[in-house]
Amino acid sequence: MELRKEYFADERKDDLKEIGQPRLRSDALGHVTGTTTFFADRNLPGLLHLKMVRSPHHHARIRAIDLSEAGRHPGVVRILTADDVPHNVYTILTLIQVGPEDETVLATDKVRWKGEAIVAILADSERAAHEAAERVKVDYEVLPAVLSIDEALAPGAPIVNEYHGQNYYRYDSGESRKVRFGDVEAGFAGADHILEQTYGSGPIEHAPTETTGCIVVPEGSGRYTCYTNTQAMFFTLDNTSIILQMDGAKLHMVGGTVGGGFGGKVDVIVEPIAILGAKLTGRPVSFIYSREEEMQISSPRAAEKLVIKDGVMRDGRIVARYVKAYIDAGAYSRHSPYGAQKSAAHFPGPYTVPNVWVDSHCVYTNRTPSSAMRGFGVTIGDFALEVQMDKLARLVGMDPLEFRFVNAYRDGDMKAHRQPTEGAALIECMQEAARASNWPVSEKYLQMSSARREG
Amino acid sequence: MKKVPVQFTLNGEDKAEFVESGATLLKALREKIGDTSVKAGCQQGTCGSCAVIVDGELRLSCLTLAERCDGAAIETTGGLAHGEVLHPLQRAFNEGFATQCGFCTPGMIMAAKALLDGNPQPSREDVVEAISGNICRCTGYEPIIQAILAAARANSLSAA
Amino acid sequence: MAMRQGRGVAAVNYPTGMNLGGDPTQALVHSTPTGNFMVSLSSVDLGQGMKQIMAQICAETIGVPTDRVIVDTADTDTGPHCMGTFASRGTHRAGNAVIAAAREARQVMLEVAAEELEVNASDLDTDGAGNIHVRGAPQRSISIFDTALSAHFKRGRSISGRGMFLIPRSYPDAETGAMKPSTCYAHACTVAEVEVDDETGEVNVLTVKNIFEIGRALNPKMVEQQLVGGSWMGISHALYETTEPYYPSREHGGRDFNEYLMPGPGDLAQTEVIVLERPAADGPYGAKGPGEMCANPQIPAIANAIFDAVGVRIDTLPITPERILRALKANGTENAGLVAH
Repeated sequence: MELRKEYFADERKDDLKEIGQPRLRSDALGHVTGTTTFFADRNLPGLLHLKMVRSPHHHARIRAIDLSEAGRHPGVVRILTADDVPHNVYTILTLIQVGPEDETVLATDKVRWKGEAIVAILADSERAAHEAAERVKVDYEVLPAVLSIDEALAPGAPIVNEYHGQNYYRYDSGESRKVRFGDVEAGFAGADHILEQTYGSGPIEHAPTETTGCIVVPEGSGRYTCYTNTQAMFFTLDNTSIILQMDGAKLHMVGGTVGGGFGGKVDVIVEPIAILGAKLTGRPVSFIYSREEEMQISSPRAAEKLVIKDGVMRDGRIVARYVKAYIDAGAYSRHSPYGAQKSAAHFPGPYTVPNVWVDSHCVYTNRTPSSAMRGFGVTIGDFALEVQMDKLARLVGMDPLEFRFVNAYRDGDMKAHRQPTEGAALIECMQEAARASNWPVSEKYLQMSSARREG
Repeated sequence: MKKVPVQFTLNGEDKAEFVESGATLLKALREKIGDTSVKAGCQQGTCGSCAVIVDGELRLSCLTLAERCDGAAIETTGGLAHGEVLHPLQRAFNEGFATQCGFCTPGMIMAAKALLDGNPQPSREDVVEAISGNICRCTGYEPIIQAILAAARANSLSAA
Repeated sequence: MAMRQGRGVAAVNYPTGMNLGGDPTQALVHSTPTGNFMVSLSSVDLGQGMKQIMAQICAETIGVPTDRVIVDTADTDTGPHCMGTFASRGTHRAGNAVIAAAREARQVMLEVAAEELEVNASDLDTDGAGNIHVRGAPQRSISIFDTALSAHFKRGRSISGRGMFLIPRSYPDAETGAMKPSTCYAHACTVAEVEVDDETGEVNVLTVKNIFEIGRALNPKMVEQQLVGGSWMGISHALYETTEPYYPSREHGGRDFNEYLMPGPGDLAQTEVIVLERPAADGPYGAKGPGEMCANPQIPAIANAIFDAVGVRIDTLPITPERILRALKANGTENAGLVAH
C-alpha cells in the first residue's frame, strides 16, 4: 500500500504522534497464540444444545405439530414452541419505530420461507438435539409460493406476509422510497441519447469463518449472561427484552470479539430464543449455527433488480437519470426497508446529474429473509451504475474514464437527495488511477479538482 | 453413549480422557481438554479452522475420530509459544498484520507449521498449496502468504 | 478460441454511517491511579481492529503513548451505548465519542498537573511520551504517572471524561426524498485487467489497481488490511459468490465452502492499493469509513474489463463462466455491442 500524501496536502496536518502510526494490533497476540476468547470458547457444566426444527417448504400452513416422539427422545430436556415466546411477533427495527412487526420467533400457523424456525429442541448433547429434531412431526398444507421480485409484484400474487398486506414495504411515500430532483422527463426530452438497461444479482452470503451463535448462562442473581457474536450489543439486548418481555436489567450481553461479521451478525435471531431456553430450564444454553445454517438460514445480502434509464448528451453530460430499484427482502423485513431507503439516497452515484428520479422498492418473497451486508443498499447499485457508465461512454464515443470526469461531483454540488456535496475526492481518485494504470486521459482532466469547478 | 479411553500427548503434555465413541478430535480437544485454540468453523472439513498436527501430519480435527488418536502426538497453535517467546510463524503473523478477526489464524498457523516442518524453504506456490484448505474471509490471503514466507526466511536466518 | 485480455474501470463513493433512527455512540474514559487510561465502550470488534484504533485515538487526544491505553468494550454492564458495528460507522462514530471523552479527561489531567506545577492549565502541553510540561519550558514538567497519583491520592480528582456522538434522526421527505442518510463519503476508483478464456468462459483477474480516498489513515497497516481484504471480496462477489446460483430458483444453494465459491490463495489478482487522504470535517482526525466501500469498485471494473476482453455484457451477478459462455453463444462471433444478457 502506498499513501499519496501529495493529494490534499494543504487540507491536512501530518503532525500527529499516534494517529497515522502503523502500531501493531493489540488483539493480534491473542489471535496468533490461539488465546483470544471467542463466544464459543467456554465449557459449562450442564450445557444444553439448541437445535431448530425448520420448514422444508417455501410457504405452507401448519395444521398440527406433534412433539410426542421428540419429547420422549433420550437427552431432550425441553421443547420450545411459539406458545413459550412472550412477544412472538416482532421486527428488529421496532426500536427506532420502523414497523410493522412482521416476523415470528417461532412459527405459529404459517411458514413463509424454506428454513423458517418452528420448534426449538433443548437437549443434553448436540446429537440428541439433532435426533429429536428429526422426530418432530409437522403437518403442512403447502401453499403457492412467490420466489422472485417479478412474481411477487404480479397482479393476484399470493400474499407472502399478511402483516404487510401486500408484497412490498409501504413507506410514507407509498410503494417505494422516492427521490425527485429536477425534471427527469424534460431531461430525457432534451437528451441526445437515451439508454435503459436492467441489472440483477443473486443473494450473497457473508460467510464469516465463525458462524452466528451465543451461549447463555443463567446467573444466581436472576440475570442472564449472554456471550454473543452480535455486531450490536444494545440492539440485541433491547430487542431481546421486547421479545421476552423481560426487564432489560436482567440481561447482560458480553461480546466484542467476533470471527468476522460483514453485516451478517446484526439480526437478533439466536439470542432471544437461547435466553428463553436458559430461563425455562435453569441451565446454560448454546445455540450456534451449523455451517449449513450460516449459508442458507442466516440472512444473505439481498438479490436485487435495477432498471436504470439515462439521458446523455453528445459531449458526455448525463442530463437525466431514472432508477427503479427492487430489493428482494425475502419473507420478512429485518433491515431491508432501511436498505432500500439507503439505496434510494445513493443514486445517482458520485455524479452530478440535474434531473433524477428514483423509486426504491423493498419486496417480499417466500425466500430466506435478507438483511445487511457490507455495502448494504449500495454494492449492487454501484455494479449497475458503473456498468451503465461504461455503456454510456461507449454510446457517446468517449473514453470511459474521461466520461466519468465530465460527470463527477464536486464540492458544493447539490445531490439528488438534497444534501450539498462536501469533501469530494472522486476526481483525485480517478486522476491517480489514470496515473497508476497508465490509462491515458486528457490533461484537462488531470487539472481538475474536487474542491472547485474550472473557470 | 459408550465411552472410550484415549491417551495422547498434546503439545508435549500427557493427556488422558474418556470420550464418547465416535467423538471427533475437535470436540475432545475443545470440550474435554479445554484447548480452545482449535476452532470449529464448519465441522464439515471445508474451512481448516480446526487444523491440528497429528504425528507430524496436518489433520482436520473435525474429521478425525478422537479414539483413533490414541498414543498420538498432537500439536495445536495453543502450545506453539514457549512462554512469551513466540514461534517464528506467530511472530510473522503478528508483525505482518496477517490476522484480522483471528478465527482462522490458529488453523492457518498449523497448516503453515506442517509445511515448514517438512519444507523449511518453501516457494510461494508451496505456501499457497499448504493453506489452500483453510478459509480466510478477512484478509484476502496475501498477508498470510507473506507472513509464512517471512517466517521461513526468519527460520533460515536463525539456522544459519 | 483464445485467451482474451481486457481492462475496465469503475469509480464509486460510499456514505459513512446509517442514519435511520438517530445514530449515537457513547464513550467513557478514565485514568488508573498510575496514569493508564481505560476506554469503556460497547462497540464490537469484528476483526477490523476497533480496539486498537480506539486506543490510538484516545492516546493521541490525551497525549500519551498508545500502549498506555486499554480498551474495554462490548459488555453491556460496563460499556455505554453504541448502535453497533455496521454501515462503516464504527471508527467514525465511536472515534468521535472517544475524542470527546478523552478531551474531557485530558482537561482534568492538565488541571491536576497545573496545581502540582503551580501554573495555569492552559499553559501546559503533553509530550506524547508520558509527561506534561509548561509550553515553552520543557524542564518544568511532571509525569502523567505522578499526575494521576496526585489526582487519586492527594487532590481527589477523577481524571475522566464522557463522550458522545449523535447524528440526529433524519426523516426523508415523502415527496422529494430530501434526507440526510449519512455523513462524510469515502471514494474509490479501480482499474481491473482480466483474461477471459472464450472457450470455457473462465475469467482470471490479472491485476486490480485500487485508489481509495478514506479521509485519514489512522493506522496505515490496519487500513491496508481492510482495503486488501475488501478488494479480494469485491473480486469474489464479481465472479464467484451467491447462495442461489440460479436465482430465483432455490435449488443448488451452497451449504459449505466446497459449494459456496470464493477465490482461494491460488486465485489472487495482483493487487495494488493507493490511499489518498482528504480529511472529513466531522471525522475523528479526519477519518471516513472505508470498510464497505473498499469491496465495491472491483465488481463493475471487472464486468467492464470482461466486456473489453470479449465483447459481452453480463449484467447479472455473479459473472460466472456459464453466463459468459451463454452470452458469447448468443452473440455468435460478432462484437456484442451494448446489450447482452
